[in-house]
Amino acid sequence: MFGVHLPRKPRRVMVLGSGALQIGQAGEFDYSGSQALKALREEGIATVLVNPNIATIQTSRELADRIYLVAVTPELVERIIVKENVDAILLSFGGQTALNCGLALHDAGMLSKDGVRVLGTPIDAIRDTEDRHLFVERLAEIGVKTARSRACHTPEEARAAIREIGLPVMLRGGYALGGKGSGIVRVEAEIDAALRRVLSGGVTQVLVEECLEGWKEIEYEVVRDARDNCVTVCNMENFDPMGIHTGDSIVVAPSQTLNNAEYQLLRSVAIRTIRHLGIVGECNIQYALDPKSADYRVIEVNARLSRSSALASKATGYPLAYVAAKLALGYALTEIPNGITRRTTAFFEPALDYLVCKFPRWDLGKFHGASTRIGSEMKSVGEVMAIGRTFAEVIQKAVRMLDIGVRGLDPGAFQFDDLRDQLRNATPLRIFAIAQSIRDGIGIDAIHDLTRIDRWFLRAIEPVVEMHGRLARSTLPLSADLLRDVKRLGFSDQAVGKLTGADAEAIRAARKAHGIESRFAQIDTMAGEFPADTNYLYATYHADGFDVAPSRHKKVLILGSGTYRIGSSVEFDWCAVNAAQAASALGYETIMLNYNPETVSTDYDICDRLYFDEISLETVLDLYEYERPDGVVVSMGGQVPNNLAMRLAKAGVRVLGTSAESIDKAEDRAKFSSLLDELKIDQPRWSHVIHAAQADRTVEQLGGFPVLVRPSYVLSGAAMAIAHEPIALRRILARASVVSPEYPVVISKFETHAREVEIDAVADRGKLVLWAISEHIEDAGVHSGDSTLVLPPQTLYIATIRRVRQIAVKLARALHITGPFNVQFLARHNAVKVIECNLRASRSFPFVSKVIGENFAAEATRRMLGVSREIVNRSLDLDYVGVKAPMFSFSRLAGADPMLGVEMLSTGEVGCLGRDLHEALLHGLLATGMRFPRKGVLLSLGPVADKYWFADEARIIANELQLPIYATRGTAEMLGEIGIPCTTVEKSSGTGVSGLDVIEQGRVDFVINVVREYDQFGRPDVYWIRRQAVDLGVPLITDLPLARAIVEALRWRKPSSLEVLALDDYVGSGLETDSRS
Amino acid sequence: MNDPDRPEPSKVQPEAARNTAVLLRLDDGTQMQGRAFGAVKPVRGEVVFNTTMTGYVEALTDPSYRGQILVLTYPLAGNYGVPPPRRPGSLDRPYESDRIQVQALVVQHYVDAYSHHEARRSLHEWLSAEGVPGLTGVDTRSLTRRLREHGTMQGLLYPASMSKDGVRERSGAVDMREEVFRLVAPREPVRYEGGKLTVLLIDAGAKDNIARSLLARGASVLRAPWHAELAGLAAQADGILIGNGPGDPKDLAPLVAQVRSLLESYRKPIFGVCLGNQILALAAGADTYKLPYGHRGVNQPVQDLLTRRCYITSQNHGYAVIDESLPKDWEPWFVNVNDGTNEGIRSRHRPHFSIQFHPEASPGPEDTGFLFDDFMHLVESMAQG
Repeated sequence: MFGVHLPRKPRRVMVLGSGALQIGQAGEFDYSGSQALKALREEGIATVLVNPNIATIQTSRELADRIYLVAVTPELVERIIVKENVDAILLSFGGQTALNCGLALHDAGMLSKDGVRVLGTPIDAIRDTEDRHLFVERLAEIGVKTARSRACHTPEEARAAIREIGLPVMLRGGYALGGKGSGIVRVEAEIDAALRRVLSGGVTQVLVEECLEGWKEIEYEVVRDARDNCVTVCNMENFDPMGIHTGDSIVVAPSQTLNNAEYQLLRSVAIRTIRHLGIVGECNIQYALDPKSADYRVIEVNARLSRSSALASKATGYPLAYVAAKLALGYALTEIPNGITRRTTAFFEPALDYLVCKFPRWDLGKFHGASTRIGSEMKSVGEVMAIGRTFAEVIQKAVRMLDIGVRGLDPGAFQFDDLRDQLRNATPLRIFAIAQSIRDGIGIDAIHDLTRIDRWFLRAIEPVVEMHGRLARSTLPLSADLLRDVKRLGFSDQAVGKLTGADAEAIRAARKAHGIESRFAQIDTMAGEFPADTNYLYATYHADGFDVAPSRHKKVLILGSGTYRIGSSVEFDWCAVNAAQAASALGYETIMLNYNPETVSTDYDICDRLYFDEISLETVLDLYEYERPDGVVVSMGGQVPNNLAMRLAKAGVRVLGTSAESIDKAEDRAKFSSLLDELKIDQPRWSHVIHAAQADRTVEQLGGFPVLVRPSYVLSGAAMAIAHEPIALRRILARASVVSPEYPVVISKFETHAREVEIDAVADRGKLVLWAISEHIEDAGVHSGDSTLVLPPQTLYIATIRRVRQIAVKLARALHITGPFNVQFLARHNAVKVIECNLRASRSFPFVSKVIGENFAAEATRRMLGVSREIVNRSLDLDYVGVKAPMFSFSRLAGADPMLGVEMLSTGEVGCLGRDLHEALLHGLLATGMRFPRKGVLLSLGPVADKYWFADEARIIANELQLPIYATRGTAEMLGEIGIPCTTVEKSSGTGVSGLDVIEQGRVDFVINVVREYDQFGRPDVYWIRRQAVDLGVPLITDLPLARAIVEALRWRKPSSLEVLALDDYVGSGLETDSRS
Repeated sequence: MNDPDRPEPSKVQPEAARNTAVLLRLDDGTQMQGRAFGAVKPVRGEVVFNTTMTGYVEALTDPSYRGQILVLTYPLAGNYGVPPPRRPGSLDRPYESDRIQVQALVVQHYVDAYSHHEARRSLHEWLSAEGVPGLTGVDTRSLTRRLREHGTMQGLLYPASMSKDGVRERSGAVDMREEVFRLVAPREPVRYEGGKLTVLLIDAGAKDNIARSLLARGASVLRAPWHAELAGLAAQADGILIGNGPGDPKDLAPLVAQVRSLLESYRKPIFGVCLGNQILALAAGADTYKLPYGHRGVNQPVQDLLTRRCYITSQNHGYAVIDESLPKDWEPWFVNVNDGTNEGIRSRHRPHFSIQFHPEASPGPEDTGFLFDDFMHLVESMAQG
């Protein structure tokens, strides 16, 4: 039966995605969009997806009928609506991007003009939740309290509102994602700067709000159907009270410190509010709750799927996004079966018999100049979720999952100069500062006063700290009781070993001898009340038995990617999901291990069994010993599982595909280097450095500066940097040793002005079977994850391509590779040197797979499972071009220098196609939110050579694009010499008109700033201009070849008249018809 | 705990009691060992589980649990402590009666370090003060699964130091056939003054929030024990509410008989809640039966068969009405969306109706509080008309 509350079944529904991953909007929307597409497909409704994020699972043929890898902007979406003859649209599954785009389409009258119905929550209700003024009014109608707030459109209005409400106040931007630009203003003197910041980047509304700092922050996830049935699926409590963005807060579900009256008060208000607003589907409501009374404020309602709803879905097992999509189609909650019990319906509220802890992952250390403080503006790039039965168990699991090198709340994991300052002003390490403070005897009350964190949470950490002391005092062997207690407090074997002076293997053996082993318990949504047919499990030391028995089928265990972080995100989730699907298609039972709540791999319907837990040696071994799979896939989840390969193999685990020894050979710089020498493959000169004192001599031997410094076992350029002179080198070395003390540092000659080329490939028993070569637009020196990738290569010599392929063939043979791998090369003229080789799926796997139409992850999995087939490699011979472009989130990281380098800084990516490079590049850049110049271009080019290399493009800007050029002094002189008119500006404010001024005045709407000069702190020049551009939302290009490519593209193509085609219009046509996998 | 002026609770005395090893033995031979909190003494009772994640103060004082050993499936208990004791003779929240009603409380992980602005004592201190034993450190999920699979069982909870022989004889238990109903009902009728309309609350273990819910809607409440002479009291009232309570409704034959005669004589509204639903059904001539493990939680979905609207409700019952046994002038009103059991009945011709769930919530969702509104509107209109 079709939903009774939707009179007419839609025929063709558009789903808007959220685009590239960025801070505040990440993998959770791949989860929600994928579920929506599945729900629609089940109904036999055709789907049209707009999402340029090529690394997502949702942009797969298996999920959507028509996929448009283009920017989610009203202009492009409107064209697709007309072209695809869409009759309905879903706006609530693609984050704020989709919602804003939908509102814009509605406001422009495009939806009504084209006869497109908005499914689910009506536009008016969305508007009520998005416009602060309307929101407050609507809630006041039913007596629901909101924070005192004034919406202002000018700084003057805002100042008046601040006077009225009284300092301190919270400032927030209207319609802004992830609290962008928001902050607490405490003193008069901060007001002007804060207002400037919040009103940047096109934000036109500033909200001045009553400051509720220190109140508890509570959220509810609510679903409502068109028949007005309403349930709250989950509530959550933030460990960090109001004042820290919920995306940057440690969050537990269910709430821990609310009594029944408070829980029900907020629940009732949530339902009343959602009914009054008329939400149909899912929404999230956030509260501040006074810790000293039952007074509350509604902070906001998100009338869409959100990060919190993804978390709630994983925390409870309730498929929120799927249900929301069904509700949008008019179904009632009681008409949707509960997939977990198979005998009840979606109309229920999950009862948890465990708790979960979400912990954000930050990468602030990567950003030069970025503040390490966290607050009302979200800065984290990923998150983990730990499941267990006590707060100690989940918090210790969670911090291990972050993969920041801690074993739990280790004593002395970090050194704090000023503990009280660390407590008062939150940083990503505050939890460790709290543990340290407890250990130092600062006292729970004092810690509470400084952090405002509820004493319940602080007291729950105390037993962990006490156990540190107990372990340190205990003698080996540890008693069974102590071992049991310690495991129940969430300690890893490694942590226990470290504290007692034993090794982890010995602790493991000792506890197993006492029968102390983790048990796997189900997440069944009903707390055991009904028999549940669920495959969703977690490990705990508080359970007596196992909830499910291992099956006897042939099966594989796939290790996921863990937390998203810079350098590892949704692309590895795509790989893991595709590996599971490929194995499943071959008749294997699939077991997934992952702990990231914003992934599709942790969806209930992706694998036969999902273990939501740590990806550590200890947990994988526990799981392996229990499930006894036929093998483990370590090559699909990025570096986290890859790093386990050697230790797993040593412990007797069957690692599928390429052997662990080969993986180690590729990861270990010395072993890999000698292999390259053996194979007569060229490589940049390099040397190991163990003591900083050797460094200068090493540089001399390599032929002088600049040099590239990096640790062995490298992920996304962690601690990788280019040193141009000795002081910078020493600073970089000091930093590198902190990151990875177990491995020495490698220094290599840095090659300037070299091209970078990559090959993504699959091999089978040493034979190359599938490959794709991409080139970077940027020169080597920009991390490959931050580069603009072009596939097939458009400018490489045939000889280079041949050489790259030959090297891949040699490496595959020498390392006897079976499965995925990726090699990165430097190419200069016809010389090709290998930079690195990873015997695992790479970041670009989804990109090359979708552009070419051959699924690399699936193929690699089949090969690892011993299944082969004939493949014709045609990746060089395409009628179109694919471009992968990085997405940066500098605007959310106050102070961060948006200068690119060898350390990866992008938070996401898009992949777009075009008939030629120009079209694909412009589509790609549009999809990262770039706007092309209309008013003026500011040029600040570095070395003389760069200035001249850009001369042709400067002339195109002036003559063909007819845009005024502003240039910093040196650049202006050069332009003058060659007869290109421009206005000279200063690099910094002070005398005369500066670059900062022309950006602020809006005379310039595009900045090209290429630097090769560094000050004595190793800081690149012209920082303030770059930061100004980012803060004011003006596009900024810091790489010369990219700048040239953009100008060239703009010369030949108008951004407004780009062709808009679906993925299948390219890949399914012409040459590629028989290459689908 | 959020009040800095108040000294932190003493730790010494709790630790001593909490180190005692305690055993829980079920009828099927299952034995679980954990540690004590609260009082240390042997008790017996039917072991039941509740899936609510908050609301232990409300649940522990719910008279429907009298005689039972309560297992909480949510692993942490004690987080927000316990408020100061209720003022004598008051109906103060969050208490649902004047004492802890359960025989014992079983949790996965008792949290002594509570934190809440209303809390004045720990759950351990409260249980100790009322002489009720607690057991912590057992896997309540596996215990729940066992109860679900085998049905509710009798359990014996006792300190591990006691010898197994004779512990049964020395353990406290409540006779569930008769004694329990006398224990949970007031001795004499009590009158709470509210508005001019009076509702007779028939009390066989009714939660205080039923009385509070009526008072909040402007009624005066005449709260009478189930064994009182109801006909005379009913004559003074504008409506009757038959409240919740423990045990098997068939053991309340005298009440069923009284209600049967009220159904014939009384023309004003009669509203049954929980046990009241079963009593009304039995009085109307229908039958009840024991559910395998009952409904105890705050997430039970029910559907109004007339409006098709669904609600999440708070529930605590081990018996249910058999729909098919309803006489023809009665009809099912609500149904449980999960398992299709009866959740309410109504007379086709008279203002007599009842529900199996708890509109007064406490603990649990307040979504069906409107049923009190509807009842009071009916009481008012019939009093006028």
